[in-house]
Amino acid sequence: MNALFIISTLGVLAMLAEILKFQKLLPLLTLVGLAVAVVANFFEWNNPVFIPAFNNMLVFNHYAIAFSSSLCIITFLWFLLSQKYLESKTAVTDHYALILFSLAGGMCMTSFGNLTMLFLGIEILSIPLYILAGSRKTDLASNEAAFKYFLMGAFASGFFLFGITLVYGATGSFNLIAINQFIAQHQGSLPAFFYAGVVLIIAGLGFKVSAVPFHFWTPDVYQGSPNMITAFMSTIVKTSAFAAFFHLFSSCFISIQSSWTHIIWALAAITVLLGNITAVYQLSFKRMLAYSSISHAGYLLLAVLAINNFSAGAIFLYTLAYSVGSIAAFTVLQCVYESSGTDLIESFNGLSKRNPLLAFALTVSMLSLAGIPPTGGFFAKYFIFNTAIVNGNLWLVIIAVIASLIGVYYYFKVIIAAYFKPASSESTITISLQHKILLILTIAITLILGLFPGYILNLFS
Amino acid sequence: MIVVLLVLFPLLAGLLLLLSNNEMAKKAALFFSVIELLITFYADYLVRMQPTSALLSVNAPWIGSMGINFKLALDGISLILVLLTNILMPIIILSSFSKEYKNANSFYALMLFMQMALVGVFTAMDGFLFYIFWELALIPIYFICLLWGGHDRARITFKFFVYTLVGSLFMLVGLIVLYQHTPGPIHSFDISTLYKAGQSLDVRMQSFIFWCIFLAFAIKMPIFPFHTWQPDTYVTAPTQGTMLLSGIMLKMGTYGLIRWLLPVVPLGVAEWGKFAIILSVIGIIYASCIAIVQKDFKRLIAYSSIAHVGLIAAATFAFNVQALQGALVQMFSHGVNVVGLFFIVDIISSRTNTTQISELGGIRNVAPQFAVKFLIVLLGSVALPLTNGFVGEFLLLNGLYQYNAWFTAFAGLGVILGAVYMLRSYQNIMLGETNSLTATFTDLTFNEKAVLLPLVIMIIGFGIFPKPLLGVTELPVKNLIDSIQLTVLP
Repeated sequence: MNALFIISTLGVLAMLAEILKFQKLLPLLTLVGLAVAVVANFFEWNNPVFIPAFNNMLVFNHYAIAFSSSLCIITFLWFLLSQKYLESKTAVTDHYALILFSLAGGMCMTSFGNLTMLFLGIEILSIPLYILAGSRKTDLASNEAAFKYFLMGAFASGFFLFGITLVYGATGSFNLIAINQFIAQHQGSLPAFFYAGVVLIIAGLGFKVSAVPFHFWTPDVYQGSPNMITAFMSTIVKTSAFAAFFHLFSSCFISIQSSWTHIIWALAAITVLLGNITAVYQLSFKRMLAYSSISHAGYLLLAVLAINNFSAGAIFLYTLAYSVGSIAAFTVLQCVYESSGTDLIESFNGLSKRNPLLAFALTVSMLSLAGIPPTGGFFAKYFIFNTAIVNGNLWLVIIAVIASLIGVYYYFKVIIAAYFKPASSESTITISLQHKILLILTIAITLILGLFPGYILNLFS
Repeated sequence: MIVVLLVLFPLLAGLLLLLSNNEMAKKAALFFSVIELLITFYADYLVRMQPTSALLSVNAPWIGSMGINFKLALDGISLILVLLTNILMPIIILSSFSKEYKNANSFYALMLFMQMALVGVFTAMDGFLFYIFWELALIPIYFICLLWGGHDRARITFKFFVYTLVGSLFMLVGLIVLYQHTPGPIHSFDISTLYKAGQSLDVRMQSFIFWCIFLAFAIKMPIFPFHTWQPDTYVTAPTQGTMLLSGIMLKMGTYGLIRWLLPVVPLGVAEWGKFAIILSVIGIIYASCIAIVQKDFKRLIAYSSIAHVGLIAAATFAFNVQALQGALVQMFSHGVNVVGLFFIVDIISSRTNTTQISELGGIRNVAPQFAVKFLIVLLGSVALPLTNGFVGEFLLLNGLYQYNAWFTAFAGLGVILGAVYMLRSYQNIMLGETNSLTATFTDLTFNEKAVLLPLVIMIIGFGIFPKPLLGVTELPVKNLIDSIQLTVLP
């Protein structure tokens, strides 16, 4: 809870910075604030003071604290990445404030105890991002991205809200525990529109996590938005959306599991396959990362499908490893983009000669996203597969394994370009000290997650 | 602790090498690999004299909640392969001394990382740890082939990587399924627990797991029809890469058969073993026939490697003491022989810029020492009596004969065909008229003699006196077979 207060205050402070003229302090203030938020979460771990808060609207149990810490850490890395970009904008403080409010929305989504809070969290997360996606005002692609994101997001929120309404109509409450009790008591006699509500909720959340067939906005929005905003979207939004997805279905709808497992099974299977297969054909690195993020959503859906003791830990580790790998990939992209002006995979040609650190960080991040030991991404995929096999979904795991193999192709295309293909321009790329620190941090975190994943799992058992 | 040292020392040495500069890299790598060899000799002494010593195993918890431990152990079976890896490594590094590789420190560091992963595979006693080391071995060799390889290396290396990864991922699925069948609320990946779990399953489940795990090994060895990645990769890799691939890495597959397939799903093996033997024997004949028509000597050796490994695999499935001991001896012998053969190819190609047999000829006239050593290595590969190859192949054929005489007859054809293509290549390359290309062929340099001499000594030495290899494996092999017979026959 303290973390949520801190982040919201930071957002307000960011807006005040414009009026009270302390913009220069803002970057440092934000980083310190995020660090303080993580520390506050750390202290709250053993003192569960705020379970529950605000009439059960927010519930800060271990699950929520762990995920909100993860979100703060990822945002911390993101601010390290994008400080230079943000400084070059005219309305710097607006950007800071929007990002911080979006993060606050994400934290609401990880700790909701009430369906309206979930909806609020989704909106608070998304609306700043609609604005930020179009923040390159003169760029047609950016405008298109914002427009598409807003329109389709509005529709998805509409479906989601309709689903919540139907569930409320059937059960008489928005509160997760009350809904669960109602379902348990009226197992056989739930009205049909309740199940329709659940399906609509799946549709709304599926949009947010970009599961197929709700994924059509993802490639265009990711490619058109500014690089930094895409980095934020692909990490924070996915982490919070999956935290919410899993929390909702494992606590509330678990009793009627048999009605929605087939839907999630099918979603997971086609998401994983379509995401990986389409990514193979991409020439633009950003678009490839967009499709690969769709495929990662598919893997995470496996853990939503198979709800058992291991699922929460698997989702946490996967979103963390994926986000850290993504931040590293976007860092490298930004550094190369500044010198080449395009986001094509070709611009990575010969990167190992132009800047060895960039090439190495890119390799580690691609290996982690592909799921090769000894990176964190491998253990994350392993835990997800383990969760699914424990639940008996062997064939889905085999489909996911085949999809991973397809995934290896496009991740390695990038590594091959960096190390093997001759560079189009021989100039060395210089990167700022901040980016160097960030790259070393991401490499270290990825390798530590790959060597000691047990600590993460123990958090959730 | 010795076993942990064996695994971790190459890793630390490799990291040190990355930080060093390029001129010292070669000598430093050789130095570190010789130290590793000395540690291995000490471990060898321990295994023979004090097999129950606590220094030879380690069992530390790693991810307790998932039942994964960092468990390594060195017994007779693993010792042969660790010996092979650590004896061949200094020789392979020494074989690169005449070349100047760009970014040499990365090259040698990758080789040492691969050594770590290989020793890890051969000593891992926890299923998940085995899988991790198996995958880890793939990354250094991928980069070695990609960055220092030859023609069309990006595509070929990538095909190799994905092909192997397919097998590995299916092995992971099989291991996870097995893990789910181990007892208790916290399942375990410990090898003996996995043995019990696998042996308790019914035939259908065991067959499923058999194919999952066998696929990985079949691709690695390779066995027909999963061999299509191999010839291109061997030809395109730099010589040291090919030596690592053929000398040691493919033994991961054959070792895996003995340690991680046969004892784990014995009913599955009983069901599908015959099919596997048929595939292996087809591979022997198929690869030998293709080797006969090869015009490129390096490619010919690659195909001959498929044939040799086919015999090892076929006899392993025959599953008796001679066969398994023969498999282990032949793994060692084949490793030594094939590294020698690829080094000889390297010598030829660095002097004459070609490996096409038709363009060569009469090298014996100008380089007699080279001719002698080439012939000895070749005879080892052909399995002439008094060479190490003979000991291995004789035991393998003997073991296979106890299973089925017809398979032995066909597999024995491979030996004959091997003699055909090997001797004919020797005839065309070394004997006959010296042409303009080979007239300037200088005889062996000191470095090259330093590489070939230990190999030749091992070929003849273990051919005459194979007891060091046979003695240490006899008891573990017998125990392995007995333990499985006890479970299969109630």
